[in-house]
Amino acid sequence: MNERKLPRFLKLDDWLGYLSLLASVALIILVLILFYELAIQSLQALKTFGISFFTGTEWNPVKGVFSALPFIYGTLFTSTLAILVAFPISIGIAIVLTEILPRNIAEILSTIIELIAAIPSVVIGLWGIFYLAPMVRDSLAPILSTLSFIPLFQGRTFGYSYLTATLVLILMITPISTSVYNEAFKYVPNDLKEAMYALGATRYEVVRKVIIPYTKSSLLAGIILAYGRAIGETLAVTMVIGNKPNITLSLLAPGYTMASVIANEFLEATNTLYVSSLVALGFILLIISLLVNYIGGVILRRLEK
Amino acid sequence: MKMRTRKIKDKIFTIVSILAVIFITLPLAHIIYTVVINGAQAINLEFLTKLPKPPGEIGGGIINAIEGTAVLVGLTLLISFPPGLLTGIYLSEYGKGKHVNIIRDIINTLSGLPSIVAGLLAYTIIVIKYGFSAMSGAFALSLLAIPYIVRTSEEAIKMVPNEIREAGLALGLPKWKVTLYLVLGAARPRIIAGVLLATARIIGEAAPLLFTAFGSPHHVTSLFEPVSALPLIIFIYAISPYKDWHTKAWGAALVLMIIVLTINFAVKYYMKRTRI
Amino acid sequence: MAIDKKIILGVIVIIVIIAGVWYSMQPREEVIALNGAGSSFIYPLMSKWASEFHKANKNITINYQSIGSGGGIRAILDGTVDFAASDAPLNADEYSNATAKGTIIHLPITIGAVVIAYNIPDLEKRLILSGDVIADIYLGHITKWNDPRIQELNPDVTLPNEDIIVVKRSDGSGTTYVFTDYLSHVSDEWKNTIGKTKIFDFPGTIGDRGLSAKGNEGVTGVILQNPYSIGYIELTYAIQSELNFALLKNRAGNIVDANTTTIGAAAEGAYESLPESTASWENVTIVDQSTPNAYPISSFVYVLVYEEQKDSTKIEALKKWLTWITTDGQDYADPLHYVPLPESIRQKNLVAINNIHSTSEVQASSLDTLTTILVTLMIKPLSRYSLPIA
Repeated sequence: MNERKLPRFLKLDDWLGYLSLLASVALIILVLILFYELAIQSLQALKTFGISFFTGTEWNPVKGVFSALPFIYGTLFTSTLAILVAFPISIGIAIVLTEILPRNIAEILSTIIELIAAIPSVVIGLWGIFYLAPMVRDSLAPILSTLSFIPLFQGRTFGYSYLTATLVLILMITPISTSVYNEAFKYVPNDLKEAMYALGATRYEVVRKVIIPYTKSSLLAGIILAYGRAIGETLAVTMVIGNKPNITLSLLAPGYTMASVIANEFLEATNTLYVSSLVALGFILLIISLLVNYIGGVILRRLEK
Repeated sequence: MKMRTRKIKDKIFTIVSILAVIFITLPLAHIIYTVVINGAQAINLEFLTKLPKPPGEIGGGIINAIEGTAVLVGLTLLISFPPGLLTGIYLSEYGKGKHVNIIRDIINTLSGLPSIVAGLLAYTIIVIKYGFSAMSGAFALSLLAIPYIVRTSEEAIKMVPNEIREAGLALGLPKWKVTLYLVLGAARPRIIAGVLLATARIIGEAAPLLFTAFGSPHHVTSLFEPVSALPLIIFIYAISPYKDWHTKAWGAALVLMIIVLTINFAVKYYMKRTRI
Repeated sequence: MAIDKKIILGVIVIIVIIAGVWYSMQPREEVIALNGAGSSFIYPLMSKWASEFHKANKNITINYQSIGSGGGIRAILDGTVDFAASDAPLNADEYSNATAKGTIIHLPITIGAVVIAYNIPDLEKRLILSGDVIADIYLGHITKWNDPRIQELNPDVTLPNEDIIVVKRSDGSGTTYVFTDYLSHVSDEWKNTIGKTKIFDFPGTIGDRGLSAKGNEGVTGVILQNPYSIGYIELTYAIQSELNFALLKNRAGNIVDANTTTIGAAAEGAYESLPESTASWENVTIVDQSTPNAYPISSFVYVLVYEEQKDSTKIEALKKWLTWITTDGQDYADPLHYVPLPESIRQKNLVAINNIHSTSEVQASSLDTLTTILVTLMIKPLSRYSLPIA
């Protein structure tokens, strides 16, 4: 018999090697099954509606018309806004932690901030329902309404709105990017900074000219991480967003995200087209999440060159 | 640029940064404050040990949710730790060649899985066939925990200095002994930290449980029947119109937060002590 | 040495975990768990039933989750629960889906009322409303509380000059079904545009005055939190949350409150003409009845269950439970503002319950096998309970 040569990567040293390979393969099969399941279940919706599933704006279970756009909009609208606000905030906080505060206080403060990331989503949602939403409705919205010439602030609000959801998201994702930046800023070589200071630079200039350029890839990584988290965030958002499919620029209006509509409507979708549409939304959500990670990874690799 | 302008810019930057810190820490403080104040009103012996009562009746507790959370977490770790650790071992110790990166990337797609989609998948794959149960809930939570455990295990193992491996091999130990006893032994603190952090993460997840664990007002008697969980009842009670349930929601939130914060602090303390 | 200690420790940990799981799975005197889901309308009563039944039958636990009638229907069709509760009977599509899988039984289990609750600060007198006014509020034609049509029904009340915030259900709801059934009876425009349905979108005329919430619980909560709002919820929710609700002008022209007498009056006419338990009930309705003291938005609540049960260990328990709620359980209805069933309907139900029997089912598919392999790979079969593996 010919001696069969195992491909090199299958020549593992011993039983543990094979067992661990088996585990990895099992996980890969699991991932494949998950994708398969998502694809199969989404099929009916995609076949029925075709392209209009992505471009239509109607979500009407009675008529049996489903389209994803309002929810894709809601998810991206809230997450992008949240990121735009969280990014500078987390840089600011990280600078305070690394450049301004004495070491021991900074330690304590950064631990406290990491605490927020540890608070479960439901608890933040609970706080959002009973404190944040009423605050938005009674205090914040009236102030913002004075600026109603800006489309962002038009219309009536009940407290449950894109604004409240975005605030909640900002609160939840800022600690994530902050801790990434905190670590990154610590690694900026001291001599670089000291050189700049010696030349008479202000702290702001050191940040702009040394720290930020030096930590570019971490800055990006932080955003990617935070964005991914924001996109998939379900419960806290569901509890305060108002649950109304709504493509609008008005932050004060109620809205809906992909994760929220699945959470709210999945168990009661009584016909297969409805279920299929919701699964399709889940599939889209997963794809967007993976895309964000992938694009981030690509840019990161290019930055590191 | 004039010195004055530069100084002003700097001052503004400092002020804005400090405002940023306040902007984030103030709500946090408020959240913790409200959870403690509101939650404390709910917590008493009955709350922690009794089953819930029908709506409109005063009293009752959340022991069903506490048991449910314990069972779910235990099951999830049981399901996800072995495959997760083994995969981490493969990726760091035994994997050879380009294939390792491909395998790692595929498994990493799992880490991008939104929690609600994990619940959705658990429903279509498990619940349809076997019904709502602790098992299906644990399956959903495992989808979230596994990539985490894989990643932290792999990193923990990679951080073990090569000298340890070389020493073991030089002594004539087979690779599996080197890995299991020496390498894993050295990586153990970090692996445990990873598992603890994964636990802290999934303990607070309610989205995957919405379509799987289903909720239950009874003690846990079987892994194949529905169970309740702390994050689940927080959600259900919060959106109900009963004041008594709202108070219980805060109480449950306090319990949950204490558990999560304890785990996080334990990990931090543990990491400091074993000098990582 | 160190190595041995670690092995021992690891083994101990594993044993403890397995022991703990094993122990928790030992059935304590063979507890049988029945799972149900559906209507939030009946949740207060169902919850009371579950608790009282369990006191009398310690070895049976009832787990009912309030996810909306639509959810209950989905669950019983999917086979993920043992019974469902719904205020809306199965419509034509659902009925044919259901009968494709077996014989579905409708058991009317109580009668309840949908009330029009509202939140007007500082208004103590109860409002009087009529069907056409309610319909026009929900169609967006009446937009302010002090609209002349509302005023003329309430001549001695000072109505505020505020926008009406209109609240509806966001989920597939039997309560919505009953409400829209009523609106279809009292408003031709409603009947021709939206009709009777478990879920609907606000007409454009509502604009941003409309809110949706999940479950009777959610709508109640929204009304409580938003001044000048109006919404439709089950009677018990309004009472338990101390919300004001309107007195309604019924078909006979009388102003009626919602209580067990008026609700019972609405149901009386229907008792003779109910369909067979296993037939379709899609045309059964007791809204807008002409009986003088009938409350106009009343409805049966149905328990839906299959005659054929796959799990033979649960059958006796299931029958016991269904029998109990049809007979002893009815005593708990009145205190919670639901109407107890008359004897004739109880008998009808008992006959149908008696027909529940066991059946075995075999089905397989490639994905089944694949997922079965994966599931059993990852879960050691620690259980005494057998998985219904094909």
